[in-house]
Amino acid sequence: MATAHYPKVYLYRRIVQAKLFIDNHYDEKIDLDNISDEAYFSKYHFIRLFKSIYGKTPHQYLRSCRIDKAQQLLQAGKPVTDTCFLVGFDSLTSFSGLFKKLVGISPSVYLAKHQQKKSKISKAPQAFVPGCYAYQNGWFENSNFEEARR
Amino acid sequence: MITKMNIANIYVIDQDSACDFYVNKLGFKLIDDIPMGPGTRWLTVSPPEQPDLQIVLFPITVGKMFPLETADTMIDLIKKGTFGCGVLQCNDIYATYEELKAKGVEFIKPPTKEFYATEALFKDDSGNYFSLQPKEDGNSEDSI
Repeated sequence: MATAHYPKVYLYRRIVQAKLFIDNHYDEKIDLDNISDEAYFSKYHFIRLFKSIYGKTPHQYLRSCRIDKAQQLLQAGKPVTDTCFLVGFDSLTSFSGLFKKLVGISPSVYLAKHQQKKSKISKAPQAFVPGCYAYQNGWFENSNFEEARR
Repeated sequence: MITKMNIANIYVIDQDSACDFYVNKLGFKLIDDIPMGPGTRWLTVSPPEQPDLQIVLFPITVGKMFPLETADTMIDLIKKGTFGCGVLQCNDIYATYEELKAKGVEFIKPPTKEFYATEALFKDDSGNYFSLQPKEDGNSEDSI
């Protein structure tokens, strides 16, 4: 197994653990003070190091993580209100506002767009695959797309 | 005049496992997951900051494209780690290395300063390998 030798490996590991903690607990009330305590840093030192690695403060990262997860849930057809609370927001207004700011469209428009795409896929899945792939794989010859329609 | 590449293939052994690896370990975004008949899906992912490049996680299944013998040979070569599938860029190579290692990704080479860049090599769940390098203005030195 490859082993790394580089300067300040212990600092990297602590910051990465904090990032993974956010990834795994984004839907909970996360107190960033606690994360910095767990990483054995002062709050300001922690924020500076985190930002130097990820280009975002831990709070900005948590918000973008929640919005990424919200996009996944909406793509899967989850209603906007459920999505809002499932990714850790308390208020639908602040969720919708942040979603629009980061994604460019509101969560309800995003949901509608993906539902429309899903409906089109269920009717004609081949239309979403470049012709060269469909041809090479014999998908044009396969008219049995019952699995896709379910 | 060619302007862009927008779809590329990575041949994988198991699509479910590959989807989990690329989305949950590497952090790629799932773009399409469309059933195309029994046992076949059109499965594409994109690097997080490159939505206009779709990578097809293409299964080696016996059929029109891969006759039995060809499929067996391909699977054997992939498992042996014959295929390098490209260079993946990250902001900070040491942090990315630590994160992927914590998620169980197998590295063939830890971050190492080469004359061309600081580089690490890792394998996907099928056996394909990638080079991981920091972007030019990213953190490759002792940045923290």
